Amino acid sequence: MAVIEIKQVAKNFGAFTALHSVDLTIADQEFMVLLGASGCGKTTLLRIIAGLETPTAGEVWIGGRRVDHLPPRERGIAMVFQNYAVFPHLTVFENIAFGLRMKKMDQAEVTRRVTRTAELMHIEQLLKRYSGELSGGQRQRVAVARALAMEPDVILMDEPLSNLDALLRLEMRAELKGVLAESNTTTIYVTHDQVEAMSLADRISVMNGGRIVQAANPVEVYRNPAARFVGSFIGNPPMNFLTATPVGPGKWQVAGQTYDGPHAQAAEFAVRPEDLHPADHGLPAEVRVVEPLGPHTLVTTTVAGQPFRAVLESTLMPRPGDVIHLAPVPDRIRWFDPATQTALC
Amino acid sequence: MSEPSVRRAGNRVFIAGVALLILWVLLPIWLLFVNALSAPAEVTGFPKRFIPSFDLASLSFFFGFSGVIDALWNSVKVAALTMILSIGVGAPAGYALSRFDFPGKETFRFLVVMTRAFPLPLLALPLAVMFIRTGLDDTIIGLALVHTTLALPFAVLITYSLFSGIPLELEEAAWTLGCNRVQAFTKVILPLAAPGIAASAVFAFVISWNEVFAAAVLTVENRTLTAFLLQSLDVSPLPLKFAGGAALVLPALFFIFAVRKYLFAMWGIANR
Ligand SMILES: Nc1ncnc2c1ncn2[C@@H]1O[C@H](COP(=O)(O)OP(=O)(O)O)[C@@H](O)[C@H]1O
Ligand SMILES: [Mg+2]
Repeated sequence: MAVIEIKQVAKNFGAFTALHSVDLTIADQEFMVLLGASGCGKTTLLRIIAGLETPTAGEVWIGGRRVDHLPPRERGIAMVFQNYAVFPHLTVFENIAFGLRMKKMDQAEVTRRVTRTAELMHIEQLLKRYSGELSGGQRQRVAVARALAMEPDVILMDEPLSNLDALLRLEMRAELKGVLAESNTTTIYVTHDQVEAMSLADRISVMNGGRIVQAANPVEVYRNPAARFVGSFIGNPPMNFLTATPVGPGKWQVAGQTYDGPHAQAAEFAVRPEDLHPADHGLPAEVRVVEPLGPHTLVTTTVAGQPFRAVLESTLMPRPGDVIHLAPVPDRIRWFDPATQTALC
Repeated sequence: MSEPSVRRAGNRVFIAGVALLILWVLLPIWLLFVNALSAPAEVTGFPKRFIPSFDLASLSFFFGFSGVIDALWNSVKVAALTMILSIGVGAPAGYALSRFDFPGKETFRFLVVMTRAFPLPLLALPLAVMFIRTGLDDTIIGLALVHTTLALPFAVLITYSLFSGIPLELEEAAWTLGCNRVQAFTKVILPLAAPGIAASAVFAFVISWNEVFAAAVLTVENRTLTAFLLQSLDVSPLPLKFAGGAALVLPALFFIFAVRKYLFAMWGIANR
């Protein structure tokens, strides 16, 4: 049982603020992904939870216990590091057994647990090897096995797949998801890869500039971005944004078209590229680039002088220079406040 | 002169320079060994044979000479103590430099190197006076303390580069797996650093083993081999000098050769 509560945690490195008052609660056995661009403070937050970094302000609670003054070993956590941190002077067996031996577990139990986690991670044939004799993917497995063998309340992972090649990453991703779903741990997983985040997470915390911008399930984050940043960061290609002018209460004009929107002073119109289809009446879009991608065609256009992209049926092949009309799916239109950059209505 | 011939001339100068340097180092060593391993009668003879006659008379005379064994034993004791002291103090300092950011870190590193800027002859007189006052003169521990100040900068620099080469992530992994700082150090960092620390210890040993000035000034009865040889240089026969020289140089050469890769690491040369 380990709920993690992060209360107003802030971190300064000298004059630089890496984290601004972060609040986040992670439910027991939840798979939480911290997602954000490089340098946004994901690692810092994870290390504060692990106890490898001291917060400048705020509290960290794990399983109902305040832990921010405790060393890492007393927090009931295990961590998988970006560069694996497999001990080079120990065999794979002793690496996995390391934490168990620190707990003074008897040899029979150590062997049992090491064997079981090694089987789980498919490295039982590597137990006698040293890390120098392992490939990156195998080291990665050892690092995860070492964390799992501890049967911790919480597993923390910092970009654990970022050093693997694309194919291996895909394979390990699916495997991690399976293994962690079966263990009863709460997981916090740091990544800058949105696909990884979407595929693994129960919930995603999108971070930007040392703040959590939105914490919600992957579909919610994708469909209803709480902030303009989330829409522009998640999705490939990202969300389209267009300026809108008010033409009546709840009525907005966008590139000559009128749409129902929020009752507000100012608003920005937003729609995802795949929520558009060609129609007789719609946003007039001047085609710039056409990229057939097989199942879809990615069309890059300008609408009222602003860049605008659409993912269309691959049977449609507009040519550069054409003007096409793109109609958004009405309930997929989103509105953002241009001043605060947060979602409206 | 045309371009290639200039380059060829440059090459020749380079090769000649290298040859000169090699001779500079190897010729005395060769002379030392040839003479130490020759019969006493051959030592004064000329020209030399390139391969010595492997007559052990000089060496056995040397080791039979009264006081030599005592001096040798003193040298070993002082060097061993120097080794323990300089690693005992130097390795923690190297670790702190590699792992912690503290105010004045750069100044500290600079000061470590600066300790070598004061020539020993300058310090010898005040040191001798101080040692006599505190009763440290003519003792093994007293001399070892002086040698430690000589060896310490190297011990700090070598272990600093050694610890810096071990990723902090390994230590952090140990912390998350149940270790406190000391346990993580002994279970993870020490095993990885041990060969390098041993090398640094050997280097400290050699520095003490070779040191003659402080040894000559600060000891009277308990002479180390270097001080003993210096003292008896004028009065002893030539074969004894050569045999003594060889006895001094051989361990030093052997040790330094064994640990050379760590000494290169200290100076930031690629670790091969
Ligand atoms: N020890 C440190 N000293 C100074 N600045 C740091 C330190 N660690 C991280 N930072 C800064 O804090 C910011 C967040 O870093 P980090 O948490 O590593 O980002 P992320 O993991 O999201 O890429 C970065 O701008 C980084 O330069
Ligand atoms: Mg990071």
